[in-house]
Amino acid sequence: MVAQNIAFGVLAAATSLAAIRVVTTRNVVHAALYLVVVLASVGALYILLTAEFVAAVQILVYVGAIVVLLLFGVMLTKATLGEDDQLDNDQRWLGAVIALFLLGTLSFVLVDAFGDDKLPSLEGVSRATLEAQRGSGAVGDAIFSTFLVPFEVVSVLLLAALVGAIVLARRD
Amino acid sequence: MLLNQFLLLGAVLFCTGVYGVLARRNAVLVLMSIELILNAVNINLLAFGAMHGEAAAVASQVFALFVITVAAAEVGVGLAIVLLIYRNRTSVDLDQVDLMRG
Amino acid sequence: MLENAWIIPAITFVSFWIILFFGKRLPRGGSEIGVAALVLTFVLSCVAVFQWVDRPADTIIQPVGASHASADEGESPAGGHESPAAGMDEMEEGHSLGMRVVPAAAGGETDVEGEAEGHEVEPIRAAVDKSTTWFKLGSLEVKAGIHIDGLAVTMLFVVTLISLLVHIFATNYMQGDVRFTHFFAALSLFTTGMLVLVVSSTTLQMLFGWELMGLCSFMLIGHWWEKKENSNAAMKAFLTTRTGDIGLLVGISTLFFAAGRTFDIATINAAALGGGMSETALKVGAAALLVAVIGKSAQFPLHTWLPDAMAGPTPVSALIHAATMVVAGVYLVARLYGVFWQGFDISAGGANPIAIVGGVTVVIAALLAFVQNDIKKVLAYSTVSQLGYMVMALGVGAWTAAVFHLFTHAFFKALLFLGSGSVSHAVHSFDMRKEMGGLRKHMPTTFATFMIGSVALAGVFPFAGFWSKDEILLGAGKNGYEFFMYVGLVGAFMTAAYMTRCVYLTFFGEYRGHGHPHESPKAITVPLIVLAVFSVGAGWLNAPFLNYWFGEVTRNETGVMAGLSHHPFEIGAALVSTVVVLVALGLGYVLFFLDKLPTGVTQRNALARVGYRILDNKYYLDRLYTDWIVGSVKGAIAKAAYWINQRVLDGVVNAVGVGAKRLGRWVYDTIDQGLVDGAVNGAGTGAEGAGGALRTIQSGRVQQYGALLFGAATVFAFVLAILAV
Repeated sequence: MVAQNIAFGVLAAATSLAAIRVVTTRNVVHAALYLVVVLASVGALYILLTAEFVAAVQILVYVGAIVVLLLFGVMLTKATLGEDDQLDNDQRWLGAVIALFLLGTLSFVLVDAFGDDKLPSLEGVSRATLEAQRGSGAVGDAIFSTFLVPFEVVSVLLLAALVGAIVLARRD
Repeated sequence: MLLNQFLLLGAVLFCTGVYGVLARRNAVLVLMSIELILNAVNINLLAFGAMHGEAAAVASQVFALFVITVAAAEVGVGLAIVLLIYRNRTSVDLDQVDLMRG
Repeated sequence: MLENAWIIPAITFVSFWIILFFGKRLPRGGSEIGVAALVLTFVLSCVAVFQWVDRPADTIIQPVGASHASADEGESPAGGHESPAAGMDEMEEGHSLGMRVVPAAAGGETDVEGEAEGHEVEPIRAAVDKSTTWFKLGSLEVKAGIHIDGLAVTMLFVVTLISLLVHIFATNYMQGDVRFTHFFAALSLFTTGMLVLVVSSTTLQMLFGWELMGLCSFMLIGHWWEKKENSNAAMKAFLTTRTGDIGLLVGISTLFFAAGRTFDIATINAAALGGGMSETALKVGAAALLVAVIGKSAQFPLHTWLPDAMAGPTPVSALIHAATMVVAGVYLVARLYGVFWQGFDISAGGANPIAIVGGVTVVIAALLAFVQNDIKKVLAYSTVSQLGYMVMALGVGAWTAAVFHLFTHAFFKALLFLGSGSVSHAVHSFDMRKEMGGLRKHMPTTFATFMIGSVALAGVFPFAGFWSKDEILLGAGKNGYEFFMYVGLVGAFMTAAYMTRCVYLTFFGEYRGHGHPHESPKAITVPLIVLAVFSVGAGWLNAPFLNYWFGEVTRNETGVMAGLSHHPFEIGAALVSTVVVLVALGLGYVLFFLDKLPTGVTQRNALARVGYRILDNKYYLDRLYTDWIVGSVKGAIAKAAYWINQRVLDGVVNAVGVGAKRLGRWVYDTIDQGLVDGAVNGAGTGAEGAGGALRTIQSGRVQQYGALLFGAATVFAFVLAILAV
């Protein structure tokens, strides 16, 4: 239990700090690298929540593909490499106030609603049981039975995004 | 572990993302901030899933996967749009994209 | 087949997708799939017809007006309404909530039983009802299902037969078209829409089929959208029918709440007839649905889209704008007849909105048919006029006659349209005056079938139109709507006359076009011949010598509950209408055939001379419209306005002027200078300031908008959170 909490503390600190650096750093490439830290820590948090398959996908898709894609975006738009004072606009203080206000409201509501609710302890549950109940196999079964239609819809969405991206980005 | 640990971390991530979306000038950075927001949502989904038993755990994982998929699609299209803006104006500065000015 | 009638629309729906996806790769461009699907549905519809006819008529339903004792007795056995003699195992057969259903011991004894209760109630065939849950909204469970009775079976037969023939016709007519596959896909989808409408058991499903047809009609009218007129016509048809669809939506919603949160048609009818609905709700519902009918069935004053819709390919005109889609409105009224019967108080006689709309349409459209030179436009106006007939028949309480006219009209109007298509196939035009004439020698089959269709439409004994028209006139006369009987007679007269003109211009006289027209191939003539057979024989189904078989088969609960009466054939009325038609034909013959004879005839024969002059001036209708009506109205209004201006206004103005001057001085001094100026200046300054302030918000910067959005949402969330604590 303690180990989990320590792990959570470390990961949460890493996530929050890296996330704040993503939105404050003056170097575009650094922002992307901090984003890697955020995404990887979040992936680790998924493991804490017994969602190992999602964690794996998080690393593969986000860190492996999306960040690379974003770096390509940085490259293709010829962003300034190195320090750039022009990365923030003049309403950053308004943005900060809104974000903090939102955070305050959300924290208030969450604490008010969920208080000290504990996640159910999984101590004493065997690994095999856990695997069968919420492991990758169970997720796969759910995707191809209960959530088959949404899955197909998402496939079509991906196809549409693919076609749309090509149509938008090609030169003619 | 408390449920609120995760929810509050999600809230922090979400608000950071919101700040990024509002305050960043570079369109690619705005896209990155949107990724933060989507991750916050996923943390919430999985935390609630872990809270409410096996069926919910599986369902939450499936939906988290869908969110990741949608995020990938969003980045693809978003970057295509950014490239298009860059090609037309040789800049990805969102302050200069103000065709909607009244 | 009756319990599984949903298969019939399902087949055409599947066919639509197959044609859409694979049609282009098939050797015949997808048309073979369409024809095969229609053959299948037609066979299944025939099976349904036979099963329906075979079904024992064993259910007795009490008219609402009957004595209360028997009515109460009828309501009690909720589940026992089905005769043991029936021996059928339909699932929820005739369940119709709240309907007064009395079990009959056996088919033979029913008459006796009915008479013993003091009124004759003939047993009818119980409708087949089968439904499943479509979706749930909270506690509301919306059903979807089929409701098959005589009316639905009739429509299934008509729609599938005509659709099949039109498909066959189109395989040749549309050959080489750029969007051949697309055309057949749309035809399949359209047929699906109509069949869904026909079999549906809820108003929501009807709306579904109704809109599906609207969409297909739009696609098919604009099939050759490269020409601006065609896409304009499609747009016009779509928007005009859409105007009516607002009525449908309002009507469905009204009835949904009025009937106790249900879309079920049988329940709505029963509630309307059984007094389960408030009078206001009924009136509003019926009026709203009437608007829908006016739009879809091209009734006056929304009839203008139908002639324009002739821009579509001819098979489309035959299928959609003559035989099926445009009768959807008529079908809607026939289906929800309980609502109209009570809402418009049809049993009272005299006049009611439906009958008036129908009657006006009959006359207006028939008049317009005279001045058209485009053969399809003549037929279009004729269709409008005949739809008016059906609507009028429903308005005067002649339900069976309306459905019967729908049935017969579908055959001969489809025949006429396909005939005009065959003609245009030969001469490559629709212009009767410039490109046709004398075609009877060149196209004998088309000529013969077109003649049959024309006399059937004109209502000549013993062709189909005679029987159905006669029933409508008889119904109007007997139900206390004598005026509409005369309207009908006038309509019949004009129909016969303009069809004579149309036939004359197309098939007689000298050929005025160029090239050598020749008879169309088999794919075109065979559908014509089949339809011609029906145009001759369909009317006999409800003739006295077949014991009014059609009426007996199509009778349903609604009709019995409303206590619709059937009037047997009367030789006198039939003679009158026959004489009227014959006079019209004779007059038409004199006007159109004889004036082409040597000039001496026009000189000697006064009637021919008058006729020639009228003909020459297009019956003065153009002048009537432009000069007389518009001119006189314009002139009269101008004169009246001048008179009022000189006599009334001048005096008033002078008097007012003097008074106003004094008042004005006072107002200027006190109110204007002091009060108003200050207010106006203040408002101006305020608006300027606000505009300037708001203008900065309209910066066009997405992120600023985002900040406002997020800020506002956060504030709202905060307020909600505070309120909830």
